[in-house]
Amino acid sequence: MLKELFTKNTHKKKKYATIPTEAAKNDVPEGIMTKCPSCKTIMYTKELNKNLKVCLHCGFHFAMNAKERIVSFLDEGSFEEINENMVSENPLNFPDYLEKVEKDRQKTKINEAVVTGCGSVNGNKIALAIMDSTFRMGSMGSVVGEKITRAIEKADEMSIPFIIFTASGGARMQEGVLSLMQMAKTSVALKRFSDNGGLIISIMTHPTTGGVSASFASLGDYNFAEPGALIGFAGRRVIEQSIREELPEDFQTAEFLLKHGQLDAIISRPDLIDKITNLLEIHQPGGEIEW
Amino acid sequence: MVGELEFERPVVQLRNKIAELKEFTKSADVDLSSEIEKLELRLEKLEKDIYENIKPWDRVQIARHPNRPTTLDYIAHLFDGFFECHGDRAFGDDEAIVGGVAKFRGLPVTVIGHQRGKDTKENIRRNFGMPHPEGYRKALRLMKQADKFNRPIICFIDTKGAYPGKAAEERGQSEAIARNLFEMAGFNVPVICIVIGEGGSGGALALGVGNRMYMLENSTYSVISPEGAAAILWKDSSLAKKAAESMKITAPDLKELGIIDDIIPEIKGGAHKDVKGQAEEIDLFLKKSLKELLELSKEELVADRYNRFRTIGEYSFLKDYISI
Repeated sequence: MLKELFTKNTHKKKKYATIPTEAAKNDVPEGIMTKCPSCKTIMYTKELNKNLKVCLHCGFHFAMNAKERIVSFLDEGSFEEINENMVSENPLNFPDYLEKVEKDRQKTKINEAVVTGCGSVNGNKIALAIMDSTFRMGSMGSVVGEKITRAIEKADEMSIPFIIFTASGGARMQEGVLSLMQMAKTSVALKRFSDNGGLIISIMTHPTTGGVSASFASLGDYNFAEPGALIGFAGRRVIEQSIREELPEDFQTAEFLLKHGQLDAIISRPDLIDKITNLLEIHQPGGEIEW
Repeated sequence: MVGELEFERPVVQLRNKIAELKEFTKSADVDLSSEIEKLELRLEKLEKDIYENIKPWDRVQIARHPNRPTTLDYIAHLFDGFFECHGDRAFGDDEAIVGGVAKFRGLPVTVIGHQRGKDTKENIRRNFGMPHPEGYRKALRLMKQADKFNRPIICFIDTKGAYPGKAAEERGQSEAIARNLFEMAGFNVPVICIVIGEGGSGGALALGVGNRMYMLENSTYSVISPEGAAAILWKDSSLAKKAAESMKITAPDLKELGIIDDIIPEIKGGAHKDVKGQAEEIDLFLKKSLKELLELSKEELVADRYNRFRTIGEYSFLKDYISI
């Protein structure tokens, strides 16, 4: 009987593994339908957007750009942008830098990788900065650093909380050491704000890495992250090559960071407004006490 | 009844007997109401006798009762909008300590406490409520945050002790506990500490440097567990009962020694019999102490904590002493 089993197998038709081509991976008509990269479910883009760009099937969080974030997070019509017209120079005369920036401006319809301003969440006034990874991978140069610093100063001036949504590949290479110094600039601004009693909430979204994770993203009184977000300092490949060791599957995910004490909580998008409102209200001065 | 303790067995037996008789009168055609009435009177007296004279060792048993309400049980009943914060920002998140922000009757507060598990699985996750250094460092991080935002700090103490293990030592268990004692002395906000179960030594004190100290009636607070003390003193841990009696570890003992401000009365037979009712008792004490402490200035709060601990200890001076 055992033999039979073996012979049966040899008679079986040869099977080949199929490797999906790049085209097949995204074989969904653009626009109308979207395929979840995590669970591969295909769904209507409209329904996905209605669900805050969270996969209806597996809860995967699709990237959100700054505009979508404003619409989904702030009270309707409450957002007032500041420093919207600030744009990059080319301090190192880096070849093609400004052309690339200009191209991204056209593509994303925003002027830099961060949008800043004031708004309210369920009536709680806040200053906020929202990074946008579709613009130069959300990289931080002089403009990103300056706009974030000014948003922090605005929060300080108005004595309102500062909330930042981070999404960045790190410092912007084309501005060299000037980019590096933006880490220090934003941090000293946060320190002054914090010493004045200011509330800082950082919400890390996919991806938050390099100089951004090593400065303002990690300096919140509360550090949160979206599920599955990649957060870390050095990239996975760099670490693997330098220590010659395979890293765990969940390395540098939000879940990994929570386990290792770096986050207060992971908040999924549908819960975000309620949880942040709760926190803002706890920090609201002068509430009624019912003795 | 599940989880009854030995000392309350006579009460339980009598209560069962009465229930049996009542059931019997329903089915049989006899009138036993006068007997039942007598027995109920006896039960009342017995309950009073037993529950008002609980021996130290029996209190230890109540404090260790598997169903004894935990920090999170009380948080759910006492506070609104509790938001749990995780992690020490350095090594990990120790689930043997929970903490976060919430509102107490509209007043923003920071709440921290040891957290035991309810079953084996949760107990393994929470290490039976015995923290590692990262637990104490998380607690300190949250207390510093409370200090920054001028929020009172409320600590629930409920641990057998800080975890004795290799990893804990490597990461500086002693330093973590010491740092908490040091920093808690200096906070500019009211700190209220309540022992809700076992107060095991340094691991308990690391959340215990407060302006007010309360203990639930059947909780304990000691320098070492009765078993540990028996092992050290008499080289026999089975003498734990004797140790419990001589070490003065119960709430009435600590009240008498002047360590705690007050005893929070417990539900008859132990807090596990009615969590909500017990939370209401705690609520009264929180309300009272917060009201008093919020009247004090920052400097007064620090001085109050200093004086409270500065004056603990007993000593005398000899007239004839050996001079060197």
